[in-house]
Amino acid sequence: MGKAAQESAGLTHSRLEVGYGTNSQFTVLNKSYNHFRDATPMHQRFSIPRIASSEITAESVYLKRRDFIRAAGLAALPAIGGVSLAAEAAMTTGGRPLHYGKISSEADGFLTDEQQTPAADITSYGNFYEFGTDKGDPGRYAHEMTVDPWSIEVVGAVHKPGKLHLEDILSAFDLEERIYRLRCVEAWSMVVPWVGFPLANLLHRFEPKGEAKFVEFETLHRAGEMRGTRSFTATIDWPYREGLRMDEAMHPLTLMTVGLYGKTLPNQNGAPVRLVVPWKYGFKSIKSIVRINLTEKQPVTTWQALAPREYGFYANVNPEVDHPRWSQATERRLPSTLFRPNRIPTRMFNGYAEQVAHLYQGMDLARYY
Amino acid sequence: MERVARIGTFVLCLLPFLWVLFAAVSDRLGPDPAEALMLFTGEWALRMLALTLLISPLRAWTGWSLLLKLRRMLGLYAFFYGCVHFLAFLQFYIGWVPTALTEELVERPYIALGFSAWLLMLPLAITSTRAMQRRLRGNWQRLHRLVYPAAVLACLHLLWQARSDVGDALIYLVIFTALLLWRVRRRMLKRQRSVLART
Repeated sequence: MGKAAQESAGLTHSRLEVGYGTNSQFTVLNKSYNHFRDATPMHQRFSIPRIASSEITAESVYLKRRDFIRAAGLAALPAIGGVSLAAEAAMTTGGRPLHYGKISSEADGFLTDEQQTPAADITSYGNFYEFGTDKGDPGRYAHEMTVDPWSIEVVGAVHKPGKLHLEDILSAFDLEERIYRLRCVEAWSMVVPWVGFPLANLLHRFEPKGEAKFVEFETLHRAGEMRGTRSFTATIDWPYREGLRMDEAMHPLTLMTVGLYGKTLPNQNGAPVRLVVPWKYGFKSIKSIVRINLTEKQPVTTWQALAPREYGFYANVNPEVDHPRWSQATERRLPSTLFRPNRIPTRMFNGYAEQVAHLYQGMDLARYY
Repeated sequence: MERVARIGTFVLCLLPFLWVLFAAVSDRLGPDPAEALMLFTGEWALRMLALTLLISPLRAWTGWSLLLKLRRMLGLYAFFYGCVHFLAFLQFYIGWVPTALTEELVERPYIALGFSAWLLMLPLAITSTRAMQRRLRGNWQRLHRLVYPAAVLACLHLLWQARSDVGDALIYLVIFTALLLWRVRRRMLKRQRSVLART
């Protein structure tokens, strides 16, 4: 695409609003945009929201949907359902425009032309157990989390341990859009246009030592702002932890993600910065990261610690290895409707075999699940 | 009075179903409506079952015999929501493929548990008419004690699916345990009384 074409595309779509709004928490972020703008050549600065307006669920519609679901809960006996009568109205977070580059080639697995899941569904349906185990809970309660100021601590087997502030993250790395399939271990999937940069770029800055074999990640744990962590019946040992082997972490598909549909991440999707590892089950793509630790030994991850028979360290998408409680052979591509369930076969490594299969050559994937 | 109570109960218990039906046709169940429908109908089946089992203790506390006349309807509603739950499973998860159903039943114990709970309620629904009650006489009551194992299985069906937070399942387990313990206690008191009467 030529420069003129890019700009005109940018112009044509610049008035499109994604289904979630903005808020005023982001003054510090704004500064970083300016910095970024100064440092960036003209041709990299465009941003094109890529959704057709017909694909976007109007905000009013999906808020109504949430109200409806909440009301349905209220119709139940509160004593039995444990439904909070005082549920607050959902607040919108994230949604600030980002400046990022585009990739045109599909060869690396960076893009897919499959139908993208509408923003309203991505932001209202998901698992972020820090805010509750219902898939609507993150959308309802994640606005209670403060994401500014934010920093990531990088420690362990690195030559230059230190802290990265969000402003540094946004200004120091070139952002690009990646359209990935996301396959949840619960057998549903989405297609998501993320904005981010390769994790490898971040790790290089801290100069990993030779003995670094694994990377461990940690999510924010702030009980006062995360009601799911205050549940007495939750069996998770917070903070949430995930891990990757060094070669997995350095793989170009592994993305540190700051945006969704061209705008900053809403809290429920892991703001302000999360990991996306598209060939692994969604729970590996840890959200709202505050700590990265490079280690010699394989770290213990949250789900592995909780149910080792059900969740392994690798958690590569694999239609041939079932979860003990359900099949992984197919998935429900969302959004689905009752009369069009959208059930499709699950692909090995979530369709990224060409890019990542070599990482696991000779490994028994039924054993290292 | 009785008529009003009956009609009122009938309408009230039907409301959740009408609600979810409306939600389904107007596309308000979110991006994964099949799952939303399953959770909704399953939970209402449990609630109706709990209400059914609550009738006896309520009657004992209030002395309100009208309550007993509503019990059959509540029980049938529990079965009704259980049926919608099961049908939704067959339609949206199994696609009416018999081999898929047997595979799920064999490989996923929680599905076998839910299915058994539904199966236990089936004869209760069939024999719920007054004519059947007369025909079965004393056996009718014995047969209808199947509602207790059905309730326990339904709770375990929920508990087994919990991934990390067992809160919801625990709430139901506590409720059903309380309802069952009340019956155990009543039985023990009755036995004591009859022993006393004999001496």
